[in-house]
Amino acid sequence: MNKKFKLTAILLTAACALCAIPLSGCSGSEDTVVLRVANWEEYIDLGGWGEDEVIDLESGDIYGENSVVDDFTEWFNSQDYGFKVSVEYSTFGTNEDLYNQLNLGDEYDLVCPSDYMIMKLLAEDKIQPFSEEFKDETAESNYYTCGVSDYISGIFEENGWTDYAACYMWGTTGLVYTPDKLINEEDVSTWSILTNTDYNKAVTVKDNVRDAYFAALSILYADELNDINADTQMTEDEKAEARSLLLNATDEDTIAAAEDILKDIKDNVYSFETDSGKSDMVTGKVTANFQWSGDAVYIMDEADANDTELWYSVPEESTDLWFDGWVMLKDGINGDKNRQTAAEAFINYLSRPDTAVRNMYYIGYTSSIADDLVFEYFDWCYGVVTDEKSEDYYEFENIYVYDVSFFFGEDSYIYIDMDSVNVDGAADVTAEFSDDEYVSGYTVYAGGTISSGRQVFAQYPTTEVIERSVIMQDFGDDLTKINQMWINVRCLDVKDISVTLVIIIAIVIVVIVAAIVLYRLRYKIFYKKRKDKDD
Amino acid sequence: MTKLRLNRKQLCIPYAVFLILFVILPLLVIIYYAFTDGTGAFTLSNLAGFFTNTNTLGTLLYSFAIAIVTTIVCLVIAYPVAYILAKSNIKKKYVLLMLFVMPMWINFTLRITALKEILTVIEGNISMYPFINTVIGMTYDFLPFMILPLYTSLSKLDGSLSEAAADLGANGFTVFMRVTLPLSVPGIISGVTMVLLPSMTNYVVLDMLYNSTYIMGSLIGSYFSAYDWNNGSMISLILLIIIFIVTLVTNRFSNEDSSGRTLL
Repeated sequence: MNKKFKLTAILLTAACALCAIPLSGCSGSEDTVVLRVANWEEYIDLGGWGEDEVIDLESGDIYGENSVVDDFTEWFNSQDYGFKVSVEYSTFGTNEDLYNQLNLGDEYDLVCPSDYMIMKLLAEDKIQPFSEEFKDETAESNYYTCGVSDYISGIFEENGWTDYAACYMWGTTGLVYTPDKLINEEDVSTWSILTNTDYNKAVTVKDNVRDAYFAALSILYADELNDINADTQMTEDEKAEARSLLLNATDEDTIAAAEDILKDIKDNVYSFETDSGKSDMVTGKVTANFQWSGDAVYIMDEADANDTELWYSVPEESTDLWFDGWVMLKDGINGDKNRQTAAEAFINYLSRPDTAVRNMYYIGYTSSIADDLVFEYFDWCYGVVTDEKSEDYYEFENIYVYDVSFFFGEDSYIYIDMDSVNVDGAADVTAEFSDDEYVSGYTVYAGGTISSGRQVFAQYPTTEVIERSVIMQDFGDDLTKINQMWINVRCLDVKDISVTLVIIIAIVIVVIVAAIVLYRLRYKIFYKKRKDKDD
Repeated sequence: MTKLRLNRKQLCIPYAVFLILFVILPLLVIIYYAFTDGTGAFTLSNLAGFFTNTNTLGTLLYSFAIAIVTTIVCLVIAYPVAYILAKSNIKKKYVLLMLFVMPMWINFTLRITALKEILTVIEGNISMYPFINTVIGMTYDFLPFMILPLYTSLSKLDGSLSEAAADLGANGFTVFMRVTLPLSVPGIISGVTMVLLPSMTNYVVLDMLYNSTYIMGSLIGSYFSAYDWNNGSMISLILLIIIFIVTLVTNRFSNEDSSGRTLL
């Protein structure tokens, strides 16, 4: 008894000692807040840039020496907040993973889910609203509220997210493709390339139910969507609503029809991929690849470095306009004012124009911030001249004025040299610009090479693409049905096993059994014969 | 002051703690979720759902097909190798054995990534042959698990037995079929168990080689990522039971064999 007691006591003491280490760490400096942040993988500047990577804007150089998280910690602790902060930064792979982690009891103060997951968390009342100070537009240090594009804040206001979510990155969905390998250039102007047997086993699609479902619905309702796009009677708002109704449909007939289309897609695509699509695209294994615009920029940059030419197209039917936003969680913040201040400061730090540029450069996605510095960076990346009156302007024969006023505010445009965009002359780009106010989807998206051009259309979509975009809503209660549909698509249906296969397998089994039986019998026959001989 | 002494029972404590935390408790959680619905009420609908859904049944069949074919391929490749290694007098045979075992030291996702490139060179477009590629990938992954037990049982085999058989007039084939093969059955059984069961659920290989048809592992994963713990747990439980049955059957076989060996 005594021994056992001693052992238990020792174990207990050891356990207490172990527990006490982090505890004492906290209690020693009471005014340190540990901010628990969860973000997507590879979704923030981790620093360590090469010396040639300095972004030399006119307003000053931008350079990522340390990670943004470290820079934030250092900056915050040098400020006069009355407490210190240390960031516990972790990453997640999918929205569903994050949601599961939250449900399993992981506590985070600040997370960065996508639009539909924000809706889901909002519906479950898990999100802590921002403080009034955070929304105060007069305070200069409120980089998010002051810097966010009116376009983004308008959408967030419309959807009722303003008080709860701060947009981090946003973009469209489209197709990254190798122009040389296309049979017809028009093929990438429609989502039906995914079921187009000309590209059998040469296209990839995302391995997640939402993106696949969106593509399936776009194919299913292609005619209706094209009619809406071409309609001259409807107002833009009516068109948007009609598109949204079609692409957010979750009735049983639609789900059943989508299942059939997804089965066709499954038979036709090279792979359902989560990450491998990027390298398969760069190495030329596939011709076209369903992709988010930010990753499209990243892939095109990679391809440029490997002397491969990739382009980006937003199919004509529609595109899924998506947003990833920072939300504070009630469970994490737990009414702690300091913690909330730290979380809001983190969002503001990320929204600081120079940080936004660093992140954009590092990950390829498009920040929600529409500050002058971000525009300057955009121009630095893709523009050839800054002023129409400069002498350089006349050196370029084929300059296209790319207008991004919808995002950066009035009179925001850059000058792109379409000749450098379209070195191979694979697309007749010039003809489209002269009369039209906007650039037709695939033709310009099919533009160009190396230094400037193609990425530009993925980074900030044209106004025309924005007009035909749709925000995909959370599936809500229909999620189970759609997930079951997805599982049905991915599983082998017993009913689909062909009779010939069954017969072949049956024959093989019969042959094997017969062989074994014969083998055994052989000895009997052999034995009998010998017996006969003996007689 | 009494000395602190550990008796044998207490040495088991770390393992017991491990067992309770990571085996028994999760198992109880799985059983709980498998027989409840979303609201926590008892239900058998998850169980019924599995056996009435043609898709889940198809997945079960597909997993079995992949696992069985993989096992057969592994066996066909591994047996001659193990046989030659065990029988030969090559001085460097440990080096040869190491060559087969060495891939196990490298993380298998890296190996599959390399395999993907090799297959692309050979086949062109690897997504054309998802089933074959999956079998190749699994074989690549699990081959050492087949070779090692076979090698062990074959090298332990008493050479005088086959010599005796040969002396009594059996030709090489008969010696192999009547002496060597039966005596290596324990090795075959443990090799088969080590390949068959994991290859039913190793969906990472499947994903990486672009086979877009689910097997049991991916099916469970897809239910979990859709927050459907109940159906996912039920399928896990069914898989556990299948594994349990397979283990029982193979154990019976190897027991029979060991009794056969004592008779010899």
